[in-house]
Amino acid sequence: MAFEGLADRLQNTIQKIKGKGKVTEQDVKEMTREVRLALLEADVNFKVVKDFIKKVKERAVGQEVMESLTPGQQVIKVVKEELTALMGGEQSKIAVADRPPTVIMMVGLQGAGKTTTTGKLANLLRKKYNRKPLLVAADVYRPAAINQLQTLGKQLDMPVFSLGTEANPVDIANQAIEKAKEEHLDYVIIDTAGRLHVDTDLMDELKQIRSDVNPNEIFLVVDAMTGQDAVNVAESFNEQLDISGVVLTKLDGDTRGGAALSIKAVTQKPIKFAGMGEKLDEIEAFHPERMASRILGMGDVLSLIEKAQENVDEKKAKELEEKMRSASFTFDDFLEQMSQVRNMGPLEDLIGMLPGANKMKGLKNVQFDEKQISHVEAIIQSMTKHERQDPSVMNAGRKKRIAKGSGRTVSEVNRLLKQFEEMKKMMKQMTNMQKGKKGKKGKGFNFPFM
Amino acid sequence: MSFFKKLKEKFTGNTETEEVSDKYKEGLSKTRGSFSSKINDLVAKYRKVDEDFFEDLEEILISADVGVSTVMDLIDELKMEVKRQNIKDSAKVKEVISEKLVDIYYGDEDSSVEELQLNDGELSIVLFVGVNGVGKTTTIGKLAHKLKSEGKNVVLAAGDTFRAGAIEQLEVWGERVGVEVVKHSAGSDPAAVIYDGVQAAKSRNADVLLCDTAGRLQNKVNLMNELSKVKRVIEREVPGAPHEVLLVLDATTGQNAMSQAKTFSESTDVSGIVLTKLDGTAKGGIVLAIRNELQIPVKFVGLGEKVTDLQAFDASAFVYGLFADLIEENKE
Repeated sequence: MAFEGLADRLQNTIQKIKGKGKVTEQDVKEMTREVRLALLEADVNFKVVKDFIKKVKERAVGQEVMESLTPGQQVIKVVKEELTALMGGEQSKIAVADRPPTVIMMVGLQGAGKTTTTGKLANLLRKKYNRKPLLVAADVYRPAAINQLQTLGKQLDMPVFSLGTEANPVDIANQAIEKAKEEHLDYVIIDTAGRLHVDTDLMDELKQIRSDVNPNEIFLVVDAMTGQDAVNVAESFNEQLDISGVVLTKLDGDTRGGAALSIKAVTQKPIKFAGMGEKLDEIEAFHPERMASRILGMGDVLSLIEKAQENVDEKKAKELEEKMRSASFTFDDFLEQMSQVRNMGPLEDLIGMLPGANKMKGLKNVQFDEKQISHVEAIIQSMTKHERQDPSVMNAGRKKRIAKGSGRTVSEVNRLLKQFEEMKKMMKQMTNMQKGKKGKKGKGFNFPFM
Repeated sequence: MSFFKKLKEKFTGNTETEEVSDKYKEGLSKTRGSFSSKINDLVAKYRKVDEDFFEDLEEILISADVGVSTVMDLIDELKMEVKRQNIKDSAKVKEVISEKLVDIYYGDEDSSVEELQLNDGELSIVLFVGVNGVGKTTTIGKLAHKLKSEGKNVVLAAGDTFRAGAIEQLEVWGERVGVEVVKHSAGSDPAAVIYDGVQAAKSRNADVLLCDTAGRLQNKVNLMNELSKVKRVIEREVPGAPHEVLLVLDATTGQNAMSQAKTFSESTDVSGIVLTKLDGTAKGGIVLAIRNELQIPVKFVGLGEKVTDLQAFDASAFVYGLFADLIEENKE
């Protein structure tokens, strides 16, 4: 697959670093390289990528990542933070004029989805804000464009203003506003013809409309699938018309939508809405954060990291690691670790958030027995403090008591004790291996959240 | 003979080609201006061919939407070539770059793959597919004009029964060009419209039937199945048809175009690409990657809004358009 997400891309690099205690500058370089490729594959403009990578590198080479226990995740976190900062906060408000009607102008390239978005916005204004919009058919060039808007108007049961294809778009806009005033309609949405940003004549026409009707909003409608050219288009439309916001369309497709980042970076104008389908109610407020994840293609791995961040105390994790090294890991630690993982939510959900997890056969429909985990907890909680610290004191009488206290059987207690011993042995092996002793390559042991 | 000389010869020999290449030059003037002037900048900036040179070159190609993996492959090949020929002068690399680009495009095949495959004396059917807003209907209008002016009897089928105003849009084109349009009412079954289109074309002894379909995003499984059904209807009614399934691609589209090409090919066996809106600043470089990876050739390019602005694709002309400045420099 050509479109690997960032998480997948970083996987190999992380694999290499995992065993190391420290991350070198070279490692960070390799990771940022993967970030760069992921962004480029997502169609983020290469100049925007360049600036972005510079920022990430600065932070990554600093202490934040280098001294972290989980450098790979830290890099993703830094990337996500920077990305979200760049995308800005959520802004889906539509301006309201002091004196109605409020005028909205829709502009953009051919085929971006201006007419459909015009219908959707009108629908949203009525449904959510209880407004009465007038749709204005100012696309006199494309065959049947007026017809398209009129059909949408009929579907929505909303008035459409048109003067046919012979009229001048500037006149159409002016007269439409007069009409809205007469009929007490409080919003006017002008659907202009698609045009190239380098077409001077047609761009002048837009400037003329703009200076005549003095719109409260100018929305640039952009196809989410746009590639590197998005910066040229957005920059040029913004320079010539000083747009007030962007509507990103066709986001229900499978594009990464890197154009969103490019547009935001070059115009500094908010992306306000997202077109999510062909039906007239399929428009949503734009969520910068979700977009950031989408561009990076990492499913919900970010929310997973956030959850881990919230719930796993870094200091505690460090202590735990120390204990593992010295093999002084006790049942108390085990309990602590389990509760930290469980704080993050149901295990099925956690697995589901891992990118690529649904592709893995074994993990697809795996059901975790949450009950079993509670049983283990109950058994440990039925032990005395002393027993938890030093399981070697365990005898038949103690086991019986624990079984009774936890409502489990003695054989279950035995099984847990055995598993715990195995785990400790494995930790010892692992620590020895890390010390550089040539041990047999045993089965890898992974701490659940590392 | 050098690559540029070959190209020059090709384009100075006969007037018809010159006209075509003029169209390309006109349509691609913005593209070419930025692309080749960047390469010129690059060449001027670097006397030596070193890592920095290749890094900059990589950026130029990526900015043309060629796609990261194709660019990486190309750069690797270039590095090898530069090593092999022991090129130290960056100016000489220009030639190798364009040779490689045309190379990637053609592979082992010759340029005949770019011609529209139509049956002589029998009904030929062309099915148009693509995502929303790429210019399918406009392309059909332009192609109908082109075929009609070649003396062919053309019928259009208004298979986009979904989008508001789509049928009317095709009707306007039918009137402009002077060809018949077969239509049903909005919201009806597209396969039924196409079926009627085929029957109408047969009974009128038409040479070519051009079938419009509604734009659809390639991840909508139901809609893609609907498209397969339309194709099956054509297959059943006319053995050997559709003779061409043309995927219409917007030149401004980025890497998603590859996903479009793949998925539409799976459901309709795409035989060629029409690259539209090439008259803007977008470069449509992704067609190189698509050709390289999926072997789907570009058959036409849309270079403007006029009815005559649809041109048969010619990879050499495409590259000539991109590199025209360089070639003219070479003359001196």
